[in-house]
Amino acid sequence: MRMALLEVKNLGISFGGLKAVDNFNVSIEKGELYGLIGPNGAGKTTVFNLLTGVYQPNTGTMELDGVNLVGKSPSEICRSGIARTFQNIRLFKKLSVRDNVKVALHNDVEYSLLASIFRLPSYFSREKAMNEKSREILEVFGLEEYENSYAANLPYGKQRELEIARALATEPKLLLLDEPAAGMNPNETAELMETIKLIRDKFDITILLIEHDMKLVAGICERLTVLNFGTELASGETSEVLNDPKVITAYLGE
Amino acid sequence: MKWNKKVVVRVLAIVLSYVLITVLLRMGLLNRQYTALLVPIGVNIMLAVSLNLVTGFLGELSLGHAGFMSIGAYAGALFTLNVNMPSGISILLAMIIGGVAAAVFGFLIGVPVLRLRGDYLAIVTLAFGEIIKSVLNALSFTNGARGLSKIPSYTNYEHYTLVFVVAVITVLVISNIVDSRHGRAVCSVRDNYIAAESIGISVSRFKILAFVIGAFFAGVAGVIYAHNVGIIKPTTFDYNKSIEILVIVVLGGMGSIKGSIIAAVILTALPELLRGADDLRMLLYSIALIVMMLFNQSGIRERIKGRIESSRKQKAGE
Ligand SMILES: Nc1ncnc2c1ncn2[C@@H]1O[C@H](COP(=O)(O)OP(=O)(O)OP(=O)(O)O)[C@@H](O)[C@H]1O
Ligand SMILES: [Mg+2]
Repeated sequence: MRMALLEVKNLGISFGGLKAVDNFNVSIEKGELYGLIGPNGAGKTTVFNLLTGVYQPNTGTMELDGVNLVGKSPSEICRSGIARTFQNIRLFKKLSVRDNVKVALHNDVEYSLLASIFRLPSYFSREKAMNEKSREILEVFGLEEYENSYAANLPYGKQRELEIARALATEPKLLLLDEPAAGMNPNETAELMETIKLIRDKFDITILLIEHDMKLVAGICERLTVLNFGTELASGETSEVLNDPKVITAYLGE
Repeated sequence: MKWNKKVVVRVLAIVLSYVLITVLLRMGLLNRQYTALLVPIGVNIMLAVSLNLVTGFLGELSLGHAGFMSIGAYAGALFTLNVNMPSGISILLAMIIGGVAAAVFGFLIGVPVLRLRGDYLAIVTLAFGEIIKSVLNALSFTNGARGLSKIPSYTNYEHYTLVFVVAVITVLVISNIVDSRHGRAVCSVRDNYIAAESIGISVSRFKILAFVIGAFFAGVAGVIYAHNVGIIKPTTFDYNKSIEILVIVVLGGMGSIKGSIIAAVILTALPELLRGADDLRMLLYSIALIVMMLFNQSGIRERIKGRIESSRKQKAGE
C-alpha cells in the first residue's frame, strides 16, 4: 500500500454557530491530482485555510508525510511543504513579477542580513541563483517576458498563473489551488489544464484543487471530494462521483 | 551591466554632492543662514529614509519617529556630556550608543504592537512618542523640562564631512537592505501579509527588523541633531516633529529613497528660503507643500518621465 501524503481526519471548524467544515476526511496519495468541489459556501476555501494554518481547527487531525500540521503557523506549514494560491488573487502588487517569485525563494536561497548590507560575495552569488531559478519557474508559465513589470499590471489570467509560479517556488510537496480557472476564458482554461498536469510531473508534486469549472475537474482530477454545507457529500473516482445522483441533485443538476 | 550602471550613478551622485557642498562652503558662497542648514538637511535625510523603511516599505504608518530620535539625542548627549574624550571618538561612540538605545526601544515597541495593523498601530506609535516625551520631562537625569544644554558642538557645519558620511551610510545601508531578500520580505508583508505568510515569510520577524533598523538610524540622527543645536528639550521631539518627518516621506513618495532625500533637502531649505517673505512664510510653505503633493499625485511626474523615455527611445532609433 502506498502511504498517503496528506492524511486528514475528522477536521472541523465553526464560526459562531455555523459549522463551516464538519467531520472532513481526506487521504491524498503522492503524485495525485485531487479535486475538491461543491456549491458556493460549502466550505472548500475554509478547508484550504485549515490546511495552511490560517484557521486552527476545532476538531480533527492533519498530517503531511506523517508530520502533524495542527497548531502550526502558516509560514511553518509552508516550510513543511504546503503551498497555495488564493481564490481572490493575493499577489505582491508593488513588486515586479520576478520579485514575486524571488520572495518565495526566501527560505530556499539564503544569505545573512550582513551580506545584504555590505554586499558580500554571498549576496551576489545567491541573488544570481535566485534570478536563474525564478526565471526557470516563470518560463513554465510563459511569464518571463513580463519579468520586470509590476505584478499589478499583468492581465488577469497571468496573475493567476503568477500565483501558481510563486507557490511552486517554495518547492512544496503539496500544492493547493483555489479556483485556478476562475475568470479565465475557455482557451485559457484549456491551456491551464495542460500547465497543471505539466507542473505535477515536472516538479513531482501532489495537487489538491478547488474548481467550479467541471470540464477542468473532469479533465484532470483523478479523484474528487464533494462538499456540501461543510460536510462530505461524496468522494471517490472522478467519473463515479460526477455521475452520483446525490451529487447531481445537490450541485451539478438544475 | 545594469548593476554596474547603478553603482556608477550612485558613486557619481555621492561624489558630486560632496564636491558641491565643499565648493560652496570653501568659496564662501553660502552665508551663515545657509551653512546652518547643512547639518539639519543631513539629519532630515536620515530621519526620512529611516521612516520610509517602516512606512513606505513595511507599510506601517508610524507617528512616533521623533520618539526614537529623542532617545538617540538624549542618550548621545548624556554620553558626551559625561565623558572626557577626544571629540572624534566621543561623537562616534555617542552615535553608536544613541542608535542602539533607540533600536532597543524600536524592538520593545515593535514586539507588542505586532498584532496591531493600520490605524491602531499608528495610534500606538503616536502614544509612544508622547510617552517618551513625558518620561523625559519627568526624569531628573534628563534635567526634566529644561532639558540638556551645553551639549558639545561636535556636529556643526564645520563637521559637514562627518555628517555627510553618516548620512550616506544610512542611505546605503537602508537601500541595500531594501534591495535584498530581507527587503523583498519586508515589501511582501506590506503588499499582502497573508500571502507573505503562505510562502513561508515570518511576518513578525520582518516587522521587527524594519522597526529596529528604522529606530536605529532615527537615533543616530538624533545624536547628530543634539550636537548640532546644543540644547535639547522634551518638547523638541513632540508629534509635530514626527509629522514633519512623515510629510517629507509622503512628499518624496512612499517607498522611494531618492524621493525622501530630495524632499528632505527641499523641505528643510524651504522655510529659510521663504524667510524674506516674513508674515507670508507659513502660508507660502503650505502652498508649496500642496503644489508638490499635487505634482506627485496627478501623474504629471509619470507623464514627464514617459515623455523623456519615449524621446530617448526615438533617438536610439527603437
Ligand atoms: N472567517 C470567517 N468567519 C465567519 N464565517 C466564515 C469565515 N470564513 C468562512 N466563513 C463561512 O464559512 C462558509 C464556507 O465558506 P468558504 O469560503 O469555505 O466557502 P467555499 O466553499 O470556498 O465557497 P465559494 O465556492 O463561494 O468560494 C461560508 O458560509 C462562509 O460565510
Ligand atoms: Mg472558496
